[in-house]
This record gives sequence, structure tokens and C-alpha cells, in this order.
Amino acid sequence: MNEYNFGYLDEHTKRIIRRSLLKAVSIPGYQVPFPGREMPMPYGWGTGGIQVTASVIGHNDCLKVIDQGADDTTNAVSIRNFFKRVCGIKTTEKTSEASIIQTRHRIPETALRAGQILVYQVPIPEPLRFIEPRETETRTMHAMQEYGVMHLKLYEDIAQFGHISTAYAYPVRVNGRYIMDPSPIPKFDNPKMHQMPALQLFGAGREKRIYAVPPYTDVVSLDFEDHPFEIQQWDESCALCGSEVSFLDEMITDNEGSRLYLCSDSEYCATRTEIMQEGAA
Amino acid sequence: MMMQTDLILNQQPLMQATQLTRLYGINKGCQQIDLELYAGEVLGIVGESGSGKSTLLRCLAGIEAIDSGTVDYDSSAGLKRLHDLAESERRRLIRQEWGFIQQNPRDGLHLDMSAGANIGERLMAQGERHYGKIRQQALDWMQRVELDPKRIDDKPKTFSGGMQQRLQIARNLVSGPRLLFMDEPTGGLDVSVQARVLDLIRKLVRELNVAVVLVTHDIGVARILADRLIVMRDSRIIETGLTDQILEDPQAPYTQLLVSSILRV
Repeated sequence: MNEYNFGYLDEHTKRIIRRSLLKAVSIPGYQVPFPGREMPMPYGWGTGGIQVTASVIGHNDCLKVIDQGADDTTNAVSIRNFFKRVCGIKTTEKTSEASIIQTRHRIPETALRAGQILVYQVPIPEPLRFIEPRETETRTMHAMQEYGVMHLKLYEDIAQFGHISTAYAYPVRVNGRYIMDPSPIPKFDNPKMHQMPALQLFGAGREKRIYAVPPYTDVVSLDFEDHPFEIQQWDESCALCGSEVSFLDEMITDNEGSRLYLCSDSEYCATRTEIMQEGAA
Repeated sequence: MMMQTDLILNQQPLMQATQLTRLYGINKGCQQIDLELYAGEVLGIVGESGSGKSTLLRCLAGIEAIDSGTVDYDSSAGLKRLHDLAESERRRLIRQEWGFIQQNPRDGLHLDMSAGANIGERLMAQGERHYGKIRQQALDWMQRVELDPKRIDDKPKTFSGGMQQRLQIARNLVSGPRLLFMDEPTGGLDVSVQARVLDLIRKLVRELNVAVVLVTHDIGVARILADRLIVMRDSRIIETGLTDQILEDPQAPYTQLLVSSILRV
């Protein structure tokens, strides 16, 4: 632990990133460039989120890391161990106990509270890129609020499938101003971002961009008047905990195509299962 | 400049350029351009390659910065000096009041978006948020530019050159622009398709009473579409007048050469 500075990054880098974070929080949804560092893992493994976490983490923090909602997947375990090693801080799997939660692809089912920080790992921060590959142009479009093209993708969905089929990285408008890519979380999680009491920070390592949603900020998903925004729904409930309100993963269990559905948030599911077992015992 | 028709007498010009200059080198670009464009008229700019036609067009459209001179545009919100406007305002004009039809439809279309999305883009950019209405407008416009409405969900990359150009026209006209810029709109099309697209442009321009600045090196195209002509050579205007007048009785030696070089079949 002594070989590394606290949080792996050197203090100068942390300071630069904190400045970018302050700017990002001041302008909700605006992408702030930052001098991303090489991390001891490849791009795509969450280097952006890790740098953000490393810059805001302190000795008294308690860290939770999830990947696709689960605490026990390779990515989550590796990042958690990384911070244990370079910070020596406490880690947890309990959403309610964590002060910082780094996530990839999900927002925990348990509602976050004021004072917590949610750090997202972001692969592509630019929501306009699919329509306009030039970065100079997309920045101008953001500056001028030329967001009409964002609805093109939704239009294409409806024309092709009869409904808005975009299911993840569903574009949102933050604080009535910037259009933001919420990272590849399912659109199921979009409503949770709206007026969330916790601070939401987004780090894109490869693209070297940071953006943020301060606590209690409006986050509105784009839609059409006659095709309003909707979240995913399931006819099934979780096979383990029976939840009917959480985001479910489909799991194929044999070669006959039998399947069951499980909560993607492993901590939420485990807690509920425990309570059920205690009740039964 | 003389008044040409009763229609435009006593009108404020929609766009007026005064001593407009944009040079990349000696006589490369355009210089000392004075011109007026009136609502509903089609102004053709003809000249050989490198004479500065396209530069002039881009200056008038506010896409290109200018060295000196002015371009005034009588917008729906009053007279604007184009190159003094904030970029946001200029982009708003381009998006809401103007259209730009490129020679190569691939520059003016999203090839990976369906035809309907291409037509609907401007409506969405102007704040239309009702899918059904956008869809209906797109279908109407497919018909108006003589494209098969069944192909509304097909991508333009599967369209022929002529169809792509029609789509580009629909996409620009759907928002009801007051002014349309065209850079060699039929340049890449074969002669029979060219004739039909020209017919279509002429019909729509008349119907919608939209003003057009048309750049072409093809006198034949100018003859069909333009009310008035500007002949450019070596970055300067060398002759202006009614299309018929210039074609029947060219004054400048270069214009005489240009007119006499039209192929007669």
C-alpha cells in the first residue's frame, strides 16, 4: 500500500480532475475535457470512473462497485480490490452503507440518499456522435442547443419498430439545457436520475471527458408527444426474491430453453431473500 | 441595378450584397460583388469553373467568412447584416428560413437515416415533437417530389442519384424556407433525370414562391430555372440581366462565348 499515493493518482492529477468535476457540477450535463491518465488497466474497463473515484475518495469513505448491477462480477471485484489496495479504505456491497458507488450499466434499486456519490463509467460521452462524428461540430451544436437531431434516432425507432426501441444510453436533457448520454444504463434507470438526492459523476477515460448531474436536478428523457417515454416492464418476477419492481435479467437454464428471471441488482436481491428467509424461519 | 419585372417593382430586396469581397488569391474567389435578390425570384449565377460562383454562394449563405463588403438579409425578424450576426443567429437562419441544396446529395443527406427521418429532421430541429405529424409531412413531401411513399423507411443510400436529389429537395422545402441556395443541383445527374428534376424544382419554386440563388456552369439549367442571370468571370460580375436578355443578346465578349458554346441537339 505504501508504494502508491493514496488513490493511486498523484495529488496534482487529482487536483486537475477535481477542478474538472467542479466545472462539471456547475454546468450540469456539460462535458468537461480533462487530462485523463494512463491507468493500470485497459480502456473500456472503467478507467474514467476509476479516475473520478480516485479523485473524490477520502480515508473515511466506504466504496461499493457494481457492474451490470452485480457486486460479484469480475469488473466490480477487480475495481473494488484495486481501491482496497491503493487506498486501504472500507468497501461494502450494501448500497445504503456506501458513500461512493462506482457503477457500470446500472443504478442501484435502493434509492440513493443525499451525501452519496454515484460514479458512472462512460464509454461514449457524446450523445450527438451517432449523427455528427465531428467533435468540433457537436460542441457547437451543444453550445447553440441544436438538439433537433436527437429526435431522429427516436423517429427511426418508431418508423422501424412501432415504438421507441432504444433501451439503453437513452438520451436525457439535464436541467433544461444540455442533452446528455446517461452512459449505457437501461432506460429503466433513467427516471431514477431525475431529482436524485445523490451527486452523479460521469467519467469517460478513453474520451477524456467528465460530466455531472448535481443533486436534485431535473433529468428528462427525450420523447415524442404521441410516443411518450416508457421504461421496460416484465410479466415475470424475480425467481429468487420475487421482486416485481426491479430490473430483471433473463437467464437460460438448460438446453430446452427454460429460463428464469433474476434481479440484476445482486445486493437488492440478496437483502430481500435474507429478509424472506428470516421471516420463514 | 435596373428593375426587371412589375412583380418586383417597389419591393425591398430579400437579400442585398454590397461590394462583397472574399479572395483566396489574386482574382481567386469573388470581389466587388453587388447584387439584389427579391422574394420569389430565381437568380442564376453562371460562369466557368473557378470563376468564384460557389464562393459567392457560400458568402451569401453565411457559410463562408467575407473579407469586406456587406450582405443584408430581410429576415422574418427584420433586416439583418449577415456577417455581423452571432453564429447562433446565423445558424438559426440557415436552419429555419433557408435551405441549401448541394450538388452531391450525399453531402446534404444522412445516408444512414431513413428518407422519412431526412425529411423530418428540419421539423424536429424547429421543435416539432409529434411523431404522427412529422410522419404525415414526410409522406406528403415524398409525393410532392415524386418519390414512392412506400420507400419512406428506406435509407437514401439505396436510392438512385436522381431520387437522392429529390429527397434533398424535399428535406429542404419541408420547413417552408423563404430562400433556397442551390449549388449545381443537377450536376451529377444524367440528362433525362436532370430534366425531370429541373421540372420539379421549377414547379415547387413557383408553388411555394421561394427565392432561389442558383449556381451553375450549365447555361441550359440557368435558362430553364432562372429569372435573372449574373455572369461571373475571374471573381467579378461581368454581366447581369434578365435570363432571356442575356441569352439572346449577350454584351460582354465572355458571355457571348459562353452563350454560343451551348450545345444544340
